[in-house]
Amino acid sequence: MSDPAAHVVILGAGHAGGTAAALLRQYGHTGPITLVGEEPIPPYQRPPLSKAWLKGEADADSLALKPLEFYAEHDIDFRASTRATALNRGAKTVSLSDGTEVAYDVLIIATGARAIALPIAGAELEGVMFLRTAADAEQLKATVGPGKKLAVVGGGYIGLEVAASGRALGAEVVVLERETRLLARVACEALSDFFLACHEQHGVSFELGASAVAFEGQGGHVAGVTLADGRTVACDAVVVGVGAHPNDEIARDAGLETARGVVVDLEARTSDPAIFAIGDVAHRPMPIYDRMFRMESVPNALEQAKQAAAAITGRAAPAGEAPWQWSDQYDVKLQIAGYAFDVDEIVVRGDPASGKFAVFHLKGDLVQSVEAINSPPEFMMGRQLILGRKPISKQRLADPSVSMKEVAA
Amino acid sequence: MAKITYIENDGAEHVIDVKPGLSVMEGAVKNNVPGIDADCGGACACATCHVYVDEAWRDKTGAPSAMEESMLDFAENVEPSSRLSCQIKVTDALDGLVVRLPESQH
Repeated sequence: MSDPAAHVVILGAGHAGGTAAALLRQYGHTGPITLVGEEPIPPYQRPPLSKAWLKGEADADSLALKPLEFYAEHDIDFRASTRATALNRGAKTVSLSDGTEVAYDVLIIATGARAIALPIAGAELEGVMFLRTAADAEQLKATVGPGKKLAVVGGGYIGLEVAASGRALGAEVVVLERETRLLARVACEALSDFFLACHEQHGVSFELGASAVAFEGQGGHVAGVTLADGRTVACDAVVVGVGAHPNDEIARDAGLETARGVVVDLEARTSDPAIFAIGDVAHRPMPIYDRMFRMESVPNALEQAKQAAAAITGRAAPAGEAPWQWSDQYDVKLQIAGYAFDVDEIVVRGDPASGKFAVFHLKGDLVQSVEAINSPPEFMMGRQLILGRKPISKQRLADPSVSMKEVAA
Repeated sequence: MAKITYIENDGAEHVIDVKPGLSVMEGAVKNNVPGIDADCGGACACATCHVYVDEAWRDKTGAPSAMEESMLDFAENVEPSSRLSCQIKVTDALDGLVVRLPESQH
């Protein structure tokens, strides 16, 4: 039951929280909205931080989801540099880091995730950085340039995007990856091999199967990374990109149901009907895979912001989605749809050597996920096939002379 | 500033002054115009900023790139006037531009 006069309090002013606030107004919510964000600036897009922004192709204004005036104009009480410290579900109040307390009718937890730090010696040295916030990106941009050597710990998407941007900024770049291949957690071998070759062509060097065991310092600033085999890789700066952890403590402490994040239903509602959780912090159902999991992507943040805003304003829930994400490195556009759950076969469509191909992950004759390199048709049609759970012919899928429209026909 | 008119599928009009240099998509999103989702923020990766460009303006907005055409080819309700609004840069020459929004962005 929706109450247009309800006070909606949103904890976290990232992509999810900021979008939820704007959508509530777009959907006609007239009650007060309070948006509480830890960072000093209003909600902005994080993906360009490791891409266009790092290379100086986007500025703060273009990153902002909405201009600062938007919040006042739409009667959204945006509280910058403020964090929620406690949630009292009985009293329906939230305590904030500025000492104030806010009462809510409806609460949205959109506290996101934080970069995981490496628990090794020297982690506190100056020049050991993460890439999560605009401030992180600012620091990185000020540090990296010609004549500098950047060590990236972690060969996942963030690490690889930072490596590509580092090269574009003229720095020498080495990527240190614990596993024996890149993107080991998130992609298949064909893609790992492709990105390794692509980055090597652009002058990035790699240490695979290399665990960082300590950061070495000189005058309080990082000067090298020591590996498990005893070697030290000299560098002027380090970016650690080894994953993120959900900021779900406030929900746990308040007794909400949690798993790998705050557990929600298809409306993004938690075990407390007055509280929603959206974005990186939420552990959510995904009916096409018949399971629940936590995702870290902008499309997921947007989808859940829609779910929560629709539920709060009494609108019909958005139609189900096939999750997706993207990455830009050099002139490579990677678009990924779905997740490779329960996969029994992998079909590569096109020739990786051509720089244009797609990897389909199948469960029987159903597409579970697709990784498309410079191949929009495979991505767009793959997304529809994943959502529609429509069986396809593997032979036709593997044959690039059969168009994706014909494959899906 | 370039005055751009965004017309929602139900006919609702939004006239917005957009700063040259921004994209037609950004002009809508930053002003909370409903009907343009722009999930990827302008990376030409999602096709959720689909618009129809009024015929009189098609020369001035230029031609879509191969990547954009390829994305549009798989979007819903595509017409010859379809464009991805993240790929149209606003210039003074686009003052008065009219774009219509599709029924949905999926």
